Amino acid sequence: MANYTYEHTPDRGATAYVLAYLGTAGAVLLLMMLVGLLMRLEQAQIIGMGANWFYELMTLHGAGMVGIAGIAGAAVMWHFLRQYVDLSPGIFMANLALFLVGVVMIIGSIVFGHFHAAWTFLYPMPSKSMGMWSQEAAALFMGGLLVIGVGFLLLHLDIARAIIARYGNFARALGWPQLFGHDDGNAPPPTVVASTMVTIVNIVGLVVGASILTMMLVNLYMPGFDIDPMLAKGMIYFFGHVFINATIYMAVIAVYEILPRYTQRPWKSNKVFLASWTASTLMVMFIFPHHLLMDFAFPQWMLIMGHVIGYLNTVPILMVTGYGALMIVFRSGVRWDMASRLLFLSLFGWAAGAMPAFIDGTITVNYVMHNTLWVPGHFHTYLLLGMVAMVFGFMYYLGRPTQHAPDSWLDRAAFWGFSTGALGFTLSFLYAGKESVARRYAVHLPEWLPYDRIGSFCAALVIASALLFVGRFFSRLGAAGRDYPRAPLAQGAAA
Amino acid sequence: MMQEIAWQLSLVLMTLVAFGFGFVAINSGVREEDYTPLQKRAYRIRSKLFWTLVAVLGPVMIYTLLDLPYGATRAGNKAGPAQVVEATGHQWRWELSRDRVVKDQPVEFRVTSADINHGFGIYDADMHLVAQTQAMPGYTNTIRHTFTADGTYRILCMEYCGIAHHNMMAEIKVGSL
Repeated sequence: MANYTYEHTPDRGATAYVLAYLGTAGAVLLLMMLVGLLMRLEQAQIIGMGANWFYELMTLHGAGMVGIAGIAGAAVMWHFLRQYVDLSPGIFMANLALFLVGVVMIIGSIVFGHFHAAWTFLYPMPSKSMGMWSQEAAALFMGGLLVIGVGFLLLHLDIARAIIARYGNFARALGWPQLFGHDDGNAPPPTVVASTMVTIVNIVGLVVGASILTMMLVNLYMPGFDIDPMLAKGMIYFFGHVFINATIYMAVIAVYEILPRYTQRPWKSNKVFLASWTASTLMVMFIFPHHLLMDFAFPQWMLIMGHVIGYLNTVPILMVTGYGALMIVFRSGVRWDMASRLLFLSLFGWAAGAMPAFIDGTITVNYVMHNTLWVPGHFHTYLLLGMVAMVFGFMYYLGRPTQHAPDSWLDRAAFWGFSTGALGFTLSFLYAGKESVARRYAVHLPEWLPYDRIGSFCAALVIASALLFVGRFFSRLGAAGRDYPRAPLAQGAAA
Repeated sequence: MMQEIAWQLSLVLMTLVAFGFGFVAINSGVREEDYTPLQKRAYRIRSKLFWTLVAVLGPVMIYTLLDLPYGATRAGNKAGPAQVVEATGHQWRWELSRDRVVKDQPVEFRVTSADINHGFGIYDADMHLVAQTQAMPGYTNTIRHTFTADGTYRILCMEYCGIAHHNMMAEIKVGSL
């Protein structure tokens, strides 16, 4: 086994580009959280906006959250990856510009065109609105998604170029020589391995997504250009699954890079780590049929594959990344501040969310829980309590005024507000799913309202906390751009 | 009930994860400078955890594949020929070839859609989901289900289909014809 020791790496501040990404992410995230709260309040019958508004906001919330998760994840990845490879700031900013163009198109289609076919735009719903929206509104929405997708594709192609220029090929960047041969301790760092995985899966996912969007845009104006609904559904879920999962794999780079600085312990790419990332590369792409378990006409072997990979997929999350975080924190003397707390919490959220997720991927369970509130229950656990907590942890880390700056009581209170609020929010979804509450209903039955009301209260708590997190980040933008050591030395660590 | 098992199991597993993170957080304050022995012990524990996970989840993963809702086996051991219900989803209503069936005799729901994707969810009198499949244009998905209790069952749409998605309901009466 190679000998792994901690090596201190210089702490670079964020470039203006990364700050632009994070600023956009923070603002849009808060806005989309508010939209989510409005939806829960409507379901709880505390407010009365009506079904039309509800489904429009639902479409906005889905598209907005998936997009902004991509932007936030890309900011984390780009910030750390540029330590190792030569990335193009121009392409990075082009992606943000295209994202903003896409957002304007999507908002236009929803606000002015009343488009509300959900962010999953399942074929042929966008073209069959029963007079609720025009073809132009549908085209604007799908065009907006396409523009955003093209931006991300450009970004990933640039990352692929940079990785190949430095490491020769993807196999080396994934550490295959060390994985399948002698581990000489010189495998690429976790950031490079994770970025390579994300680049591979997202390029494939985005091409598939762009293809189905293009096909549906053609179909919109040329109905004779017929698309098989099953093929369309498979392509949409392939793209959607890969893209949203890739956001977590991008954001977790913050954990790989920052927690070692707090614990002064290494997080290196050993054989187990490399094996898990190679396995995840394949599993993220082949797991998508677990979204189609209730499509009985889908090839049965693919549905069983989705079921099996759903179980296997929990292993790298639990045994490698989750367990890895526990290892380097245990008896490390880590100083708990907002950044280290949020990053540690994020791995709990990811690992905990994987539990109801793989259970939902069990075919016999899915038979009675698919498209109930169980589904937003598990994905909000690993996205809100996992991915979003990683991003907030990264924001706090960048904005630390000095190495030893203490957190205020308000920040600490917000951390606990966020943790308990997010947990209560997700559990209210999961419990409602257990009670068979159907997903994506503007109007709930009277017996479902208690879960909606608890969920609304918890969501408000999450938003209040997130408001402080994002506000704090904006107030520390100056510090976030400077190069200086941010992580405090662990208690008792040799200087 | 499957939902209850899923809920209880999730709570147990999430609590175990929380316990692991809580334990480490509590034991993070005093530093052990030499990481190598800690690392070796942690790897040994991880190996045990991994094999425990394989030993527990592996059989569960396989066992749950034995009763899939896709084939003719489910409800096939019940007496009598299947009662066939042709179900077609429309924006925003269900068209059923019959709305009364007999209990303890298999029912075969042949589900499709006339327009866009819908979800055919069968809820019992207590509003718990007992079976579902997707209703997709151009395809027919077949559910085989045997009702074991009399009562009025509701069909809810389980795939978002537009402005009146939440109102897309129908009823099936189970009892003597």
